Amino acid sequence: MLYREAGDFSTTYREDNQTFPIRFDRYRYYAVMLIAFLVIPFFVNDYWVNAIFLPFLIYSIAALGLNILTGYCGQVSLGTGGFMAVGAYAVYKLMTAFPDISVLIHIVLAGGVTALVGILFGLPSLRIKGFYLAVATLAAQFFLVWVFNRIPWFYNYSASGQINAPERTFLGFTVTGAETKAWVAYLVCLVFVTISAIVARNMTRGALGRSWMAIRDMDIAAEIIGVNPLKAKLSAFAISSFFVGISGALYFSVYLGAVEVGEVFGINKSFLVLFMIIIGGLGSVFGSFIGAAFLVLLPVLLKNVLVGYFGWQTDVAAHLEFMIIGGLIVWFLIVEPHGLAQLWRLGKEKLRMWPFPY
Amino acid sequence: MLSTTEGYMTPDGRQIGGVVMEMKNITLKFGGVTAIEDISFDIHEGEIRAIIGPNGAGKSSMLNVISGFYIPQQGEVFFRGAKRAQLKPFEVARQGIARTFQNIALFEGMSVLDNVMTGRLTHMKAGIISQSLWRGPAEREETENREICERVIDFLEIQSIRKTPVSRLPYGLKKRVELARALASEPKLLLLDEPMAGMNVEEKEDMSRFILDVNDEFGTTIALIEHDMGVVMDLSDRVVVMDYGKKIGDGTPNEVRNNQAVIDAYLGVSHD
Ligand SMILES: Nc1ncnc2c1ncn2[C@@H]1O[C@H](COP(=O)(O)OP(=O)(O)OP(=O)(O)O)[C@@H](O)[C@H]1O
Ligand SMILES: [Mg+2]
Repeated sequence: MLYREAGDFSTTYREDNQTFPIRFDRYRYYAVMLIAFLVIPFFVNDYWVNAIFLPFLIYSIAALGLNILTGYCGQVSLGTGGFMAVGAYAVYKLMTAFPDISVLIHIVLAGGVTALVGILFGLPSLRIKGFYLAVATLAAQFFLVWVFNRIPWFYNYSASGQINAPERTFLGFTVTGAETKAWVAYLVCLVFVTISAIVARNMTRGALGRSWMAIRDMDIAAEIIGVNPLKAKLSAFAISSFFVGISGALYFSVYLGAVEVGEVFGINKSFLVLFMIIIGGLGSVFGSFIGAAFLVLLPVLLKNVLVGYFGWQTDVAAHLEFMIIGGLIVWFLIVEPHGLAQLWRLGKEKLRMWPFPY
Repeated sequence: MLSTTEGYMTPDGRQIGGVVMEMKNITLKFGGVTAIEDISFDIHEGEIRAIIGPNGAGKSSMLNVISGFYIPQQGEVFFRGAKRAQLKPFEVARQGIARTFQNIALFEGMSVLDNVMTGRLTHMKAGIISQSLWRGPAEREETENREICERVIDFLEIQSIRKTPVSRLPYGLKKRVELARALASEPKLLLLDEPMAGMNVEEKEDMSRFILDVNDEFGTTIALIEHDMGVVMDLSDRVVVMDYGKKIGDGTPNEVRNNQAVIDAYLGVSHD
């Protein structure tokens, strides 16, 4: 009977609108935040940060972004990799063109640039939907990668065609470049993730979120009750791309440091993020996080257990990973479109009844 | 036949105002099919106006013209005294015209409360920054509009299913939630497309009571399509009768009931 809502009454609509209306959930949220900000930075080493924390945090932002577009607004996109590339190249151009301005500002601006590009590629959504829109965003994916490969201006005419993040500092700490300390990179990403999650949550619970969901559930009815489809769809593309752009910018500048666009931001990335939101839960902020965590942890786990412990061959373990992910995608799409987040919620509902199931 | 622009007094003593909506010579075609042929009628402020007719008569098409979803090939629409330009459906909604659908069109992935709250979207203006911070106008607006929605929810007696996803509701309740969503927008004109179709007698009685109460308490003008003649006779102040896209009768329920063309249309072929 630890987990309960009895005795937790909302007496105002404002209280009822809280993100965590049940006190227990609220405390758990504060505890997670405390540990994430004040405990983990002191204990992490390079391996944990590079193999788990940074990819998890950065993919969470991308998954949040895609979830706004696909999970909330119902517009399927296979262009996430391409939009992450826009964020990466935007931050690269900004960092090299304006070295005196803080890189953190550049990262936010890169999100803004990606939002504009997102609006542009979102225009077809006003005319087409479903499968056809997915193909259009797929075209955007290939087009964007092609552009960053072929136009030397984007990679500052470097001989390798790669982009490399120059060293930049914030408050005296190195945040990009080879000298970056693991815990600094972790904290930078954590701050971006926290703000992104709060913003995403706020947008999805209010008027904007409802207009997106209305478009998703029945676009014709949405328009007849007064939702402007142009505004709803393009704002979803813009805000989604903003988050995806920030994640691409972080992925390049804080995490990898050097990027070859086709390799890092190819179509695989688009599918990876899409799988994250399907497994984690379409239309759920929390689901974006579980999905990202799941797909970041799964390969690490399989590698450590199967290869490290049972002595399997690496490629066999990798195949098994594909099979697990494939199976889960099919299972979730058919059985539980709201993903792990929904299973979590159902589990909590059961727990609320426990130990009296009726 | 009542067609003056002035108001009139109903037999049960309600004062009806002037014309709010006037359809003039509307013709709507789908390829070779003429769904509406040269129909004119008006709706007065505060009245309950029924549109009846056999299946396929063009009743739903008429509501779709009013809500801007179909564009008629000919004819003009006057709303509150002014000729209405060709508007998009969402612009029509912003003028204060709300509706329900013959085949329920709720947002299945959302809770009842969220569905009702979508009815307030035309009234919510907070900017994107305010919404992303959940401070200032956004939060204030949310609370204010929530209060209005809660009043509608109380009014339609759906408090207990507030947080239920609409996909889990039975048919009759879905119809009620759809009415709630339309009412939440505080419309000046409410269009109901067969609000009682597929309901049992008790559900029909409840729905009739809600429609009368809406009209009575908020003074909302209502145009409704209904097949059940008993309901039409009880609820409506004036009736438009359509058949094969043409208007074959217009007047009080009694006038319409005794109109020979109407009797023929209804008795000639059994449509129901
Ligand atoms: N979108 C459309 N495309 C083509 N034909 C249409 C369309 N909508 C309606 N029609 C045709 O217009 C005519 C009138 O249809 P409408 O739905 O308005 O009838 P109704 O009076 O509402 O009938 P019911 O009582 O069955 O609801 C029908 O012949 C129908 O087939
Ligand atoms: Mg109809």
